Amino acid sequence: MKKIVLMGNPNVGKSVVFSRLTGARVISSNYPGSTVDFAKGRMHIRGHEAEIIDAPGTYSLQASNKAEEVAARVLDQADLVINVVDATNLERNLFLTLELIETGKPVVVALNIWDEAVRSGIEIDYPALEEELGVPVIPVVALSGEGIRELVQRMDEVSSSPARPPVSDEEKWIRIGSVTREIQTIRHRHPTLRDRISLASIVPITGVPIAIGVILLAFFTVRIIGETMIQFIFDPIFDLYLPFVTALGNWLGPGILQEVLIGRLIDGEIDYVQSLGILTTGLYVPLGMVLPYIISFYFTLSILEDSGYLPRLATLADSVFHRLGMHGYGIVPLFLGMGCNVPGALATRCLDTRKQRFISATLLAIAVPCMAQLAMIFGVLGPFGLMYILMVIATLFIVYIAGGLVLARFVKGESYEICLEIPPYRMPDPGIIAKKTWMRVRGFLGEAIPYLFAGILLVNILYATGFLDWIGNLFAPVTAGLFGLPKEATTALLMGFLRKDLAVGMLIPLGMAPLQLVIAVTVLTIYFPCVATFAVLVRELGSIDMLKSTAVMVATALIVGTAMRVILLGV
Amino acid sequence: MPMEVPLISLAINQTAIVRHFIGGQHFQHKLRMMGIREGKVIKLLALQPLMGPIVIEIDRRELTIGRRMANHIIVETTR
Repeated sequence: MKKIVLMGNPNVGKSVVFSRLTGARVISSNYPGSTVDFAKGRMHIRGHEAEIIDAPGTYSLQASNKAEEVAARVLDQADLVINVVDATNLERNLFLTLELIETGKPVVVALNIWDEAVRSGIEIDYPALEEELGVPVIPVVALSGEGIRELVQRMDEVSSSPARPPVSDEEKWIRIGSVTREIQTIRHRHPTLRDRISLASIVPITGVPIAIGVILLAFFTVRIIGETMIQFIFDPIFDLYLPFVTALGNWLGPGILQEVLIGRLIDGEIDYVQSLGILTTGLYVPLGMVLPYIISFYFTLSILEDSGYLPRLATLADSVFHRLGMHGYGIVPLFLGMGCNVPGALATRCLDTRKQRFISATLLAIAVPCMAQLAMIFGVLGPFGLMYILMVIATLFIVYIAGGLVLARFVKGESYEICLEIPPYRMPDPGIIAKKTWMRVRGFLGEAIPYLFAGILLVNILYATGFLDWIGNLFAPVTAGLFGLPKEATTALLMGFLRKDLAVGMLIPLGMAPLQLVIAVTVLTIYFPCVATFAVLVRELGSIDMLKSTAVMVATALIVGTAMRVILLGV
Repeated sequence: MPMEVPLISLAINQTAIVRHFIGGQHFQHKLRMMGIREGKVIKLLALQPLMGPIVIEIDRRELTIGRRMANHIIVETTR
């Protein structure tokens, strides 16, 4: 089968072109580096099926980070290359175009974001560019689909690129300079409102208050949307479901099936959080407690992403992140990880060096609570008051900063400075926001539900076999001795490896004091990521670095847990 | 009187022309790839506090770059 590869600089809309060609859904955002891995899809060209591969963005074929290495590898397999070019930034984009043509592979140039170029007074004589390059050049607007049909038609035309002897980088830049002078005219224009907003959001004196406002507004939005969905959609559904599952429990009668499917009855009734049955807690925790917030979180984040605000936030936050051994872009995995740590772990690829990725991934696993962990924190401590929740959040914040300062000093390797293009602000497209939110929600469901079911099954089996008591005694010196918790809490801590939100139902029945719960919940968040995140981290960091990272996690949990015990419980 | 100075020493909103870079091949390549090339007009838009990065405008694009990098980009001031 013919392989067609999409190549282009970061943030030129390759993923949008990909979606247009294949109808498949991939995630695109308005910031460089939202595609860190390649996506594959299929399309038909004149009755023949072809495979389309969406490569991560790269400035040139001389790779300088992991995502760019992926791009270079993908290119090797290509039978045809669609070079997606940002028409508003032609000169810089042409370097990769020349490199691609030099490989001798057939190349078609899609001159994307054409509408914005026209609007901002950039005129490109694309037939002349086509003549100059010797490959088809087609203006497209991938967002609206304009020009895509012509792009597909002309993909047939090219067989191979005109043979040109390879030239040095220097000569390429000279050629690009003369080509752009010839075919491009830029009309001067006065700064628009958009330019002024852009400037205001990166100058510190206005930018910092704007950033604080945006973050507060974002969290407020996540909460309002999540709460509203719970109140009007999710709770009513589970209220309707309760009589059915109660009837099922009565019909099953006492026994192992009832234990596993329905779980324990609390005061003679099913308690969705504490019963720990597959059809009760197994459905309620991921769907009724976590899902609404996952939806509202990724919806809000998608709007932030597509507006182009994140690179500005990265700019403002850089001086802090630089001291933590990363650079400002570390904010991307941090934000993505607050929904679910799995996409957060993948996003660490946008950082340049091994050291930066290691620090970012380790801190993500330690101190960035995902929605499931937040649900656990709120579920356990909510009844006692906001103060206890704030204690956990403040501890995690301190651990993130302190951990970063320590790791920056002791992890070997380089940490490059930030070097980041700031995209123009764009109005997010409602269709794309909806698609993106749905894809991420689907990803969460695929990970959360199987592990939660497995966790509940395992708890029941281990409980029945007496293994839990044994392990509780084994770890008693740590749980009771260091953290000042009842030894039964060990089970909840260990089960948290499968799903952190599962631990809620196991901690509540122990009747601990609020301050003990604060310790339990903090340790549970810090000591280990869930198994899904763990698997991704092993892949991203390699097993040796993951072992080191795990050691850091466990050590941090022991130190923080003990310190909190001394401070909070005073013994 | 034209003067060659590191980019970092420009005043906010001052423009200059990129002249040359101090650093290895990899560094120079990276800058050129980001659109920072000899002969380009560059404008300093913002300096982030606490030794944070700087924001520049080049070819109507905004870029964030670290201070150390900005120290190794030599520009010619127009005034």
